[in-house]
Amino acid sequence: MHALWRWIADKWVLLVGLLILLYLFVPIAVVLLLSFNQPGSRNTTYVLDFQTFDFTWNNWTDICGAAGICDSLMRSIYIGFGATLISTILGTLISFALVRYRFLGRSGTNTLIFLPMATPEIVMGTSLLTLFIGWQVPLGFLTILIAHVMFCISFVVVTVKARLAGLDPRLQEAAMDLYATPWQAFRLVILPLVLPGIVAAALLAFSLSFDDFIITNFVTGTSGYETFPMFIWGSNLRGIPPQVNAIASAMFLISFAFVIAGQLRNRRRSARRAATS
Amino acid sequence: MAALLPTASGTGAVAAEVPVEPPAGMRRRRWIPYALLAPGLLWLAVFFAYPVVQLFMASLWNPAGSVETGYVFDWSWSNYADAWQMFHVQFLRSLWYALITTAVCLLLGYPLAYAIAVKGGRWKNLMLVGVIAPFFTSYLVRTYSWKAILSDSGPVVDFLKWAHLLGPDGRLLATEFAVIAGLVYNFLPFMVLPLYASLDKLDVRLLEAARDLYHGPVRSFLRVTLPLSLPGVVAGTLLTFIPAAGDYVNANLLGGPNTQMIGSVIQSRFLVVNDYPIASALSVMLMVTILVLVTVYVSTAGTDEVV
Repeated sequence: MHALWRWIADKWVLLVGLLILLYLFVPIAVVLLLSFNQPGSRNTTYVLDFQTFDFTWNNWTDICGAAGICDSLMRSIYIGFGATLISTILGTLISFALVRYRFLGRSGTNTLIFLPMATPEIVMGTSLLTLFIGWQVPLGFLTILIAHVMFCISFVVVTVKARLAGLDPRLQEAAMDLYATPWQAFRLVILPLVLPGIVAAALLAFSLSFDDFIITNFVTGTSGYETFPMFIWGSNLRGIPPQVNAIASAMFLISFAFVIAGQLRNRRRSARRAATS
Repeated sequence: MAALLPTASGTGAVAAEVPVEPPAGMRRRRWIPYALLAPGLLWLAVFFAYPVVQLFMASLWNPAGSVETGYVFDWSWSNYADAWQMFHVQFLRSLWYALITTAVCLLLGYPLAYAIAVKGGRWKNLMLVGVIAPFFTSYLVRTYSWKAILSDSGPVVDFLKWAHLLGPDGRLLATEFAVIAGLVYNFLPFMVLPLYASLDKLDVRLLEAARDLYHGPVRSFLRVTLPLSLPGVVAGTLLTFIPAAGDYVNANLLGGPNTQMIGSVIQSRFLVVNDYPIASALSVMLMVTILVLVTVYVSTAGTDEVV
């Protein structure tokens, strides 16, 4: 009995933590469960009732079955790639300037990068809409892309900067002492070391863009350029097709598998390194 | 600012804000940093800063205009009074919901972050993946999933009715509880990650030292762990409070007419009613309120690491 108390006293924090972690998975499990349900009508897609649960594979076998659903998914992927590419380049350049150089206007730069992260999305959405209306820019692909790049840049800067700041500045000097030109030192020494940070930033940017709804809702207008979140939102009135759950589950399973595979690879690699050293 | 976001490596990067001295060859070319900054900062200036100024101008448009006839700018400060008059209930409610959400997230997030950072051991990274796992599905789908869980014929309501905690006609959807539950769920990872980043840097030898000096677990938590994780607490509460205050997805999907938040009002004023002056005034009010609260909060919390 004493041993049990001891064990609980030692592990209770971990147990509480695991319970909270479990709670984070509850809605995901429900989505997965609902992806196997044939709702009685489209308005009951999001009703969890075990009495009326009607098992089906249809949502998975006919995943593009709802009109427009896969088109919207493709649009989200296009926008996501575009926004990731542009924001990662722009953000990485900014973080290099911030970490590697002294210059006038540094604190102003920091403020301009911090502010978008401290501004509620709805404010950015409304202000961009005001701008686009004022300039008479037709809403659609371009305005969505512009908005997504805008809110991704700050997150890229913060992520890349963190990696860059942890880098020993003497590495560049060492490379140049060995007759590397500044460009060679950058390309052969600095860039490979910063790359994990840039990749992390790109992944972050993609997921922010792919899942954005609040800002996108403002800058889409009536263009019909409907991203996946906009498709779900737009389906609210006529009822959400159950395929949405299959797609969301697939998205979860694929990304989860990728991350876990990456983790395992890292673990194996560090184990090998530990074994050889 | 750096501490706002944990990094992939989890080090939080409160590290060197001080720029390193560039190698001699590069010092002379002063234009280089500006060339690096220009494209990104230009993007932020044109598509973030300038639109916010535009929004402020729009909040002072004469409300007599319309989309068809156009608006006249005539310093109509009365828009703010009108906006407050019409929507102060939703405005204050949003701040209140965001505050409760932040408190609950801190209560749930701290033990989780602590468990991962201090007790996680070799499962640390896997547990972190668990924290960000909700992001692998769509935000709207997650919120709809809560709608299913809390639905009138769903398991939670069934259980509460069985336990007589809810009357026979009682429901959870369209109540404050549902909205706040959705907000807490959706923003909990934003609380956990910065908390984890600062707890992970905690030197366990400090806790051992506290124990050696006869501090009990409670006292060493309050006097050592908590103060040292304060930057994480500040960053986490900000990252939770700010999006929660402006959110309208949870209120729209899980709430009812009595739980409407300011985000829903702004959204419908802008996109449905096309009442730009009032909607802009509400947006500006929200932004200014949050900036003031953040500034006061950060300066009282006394962690200059955050901004």
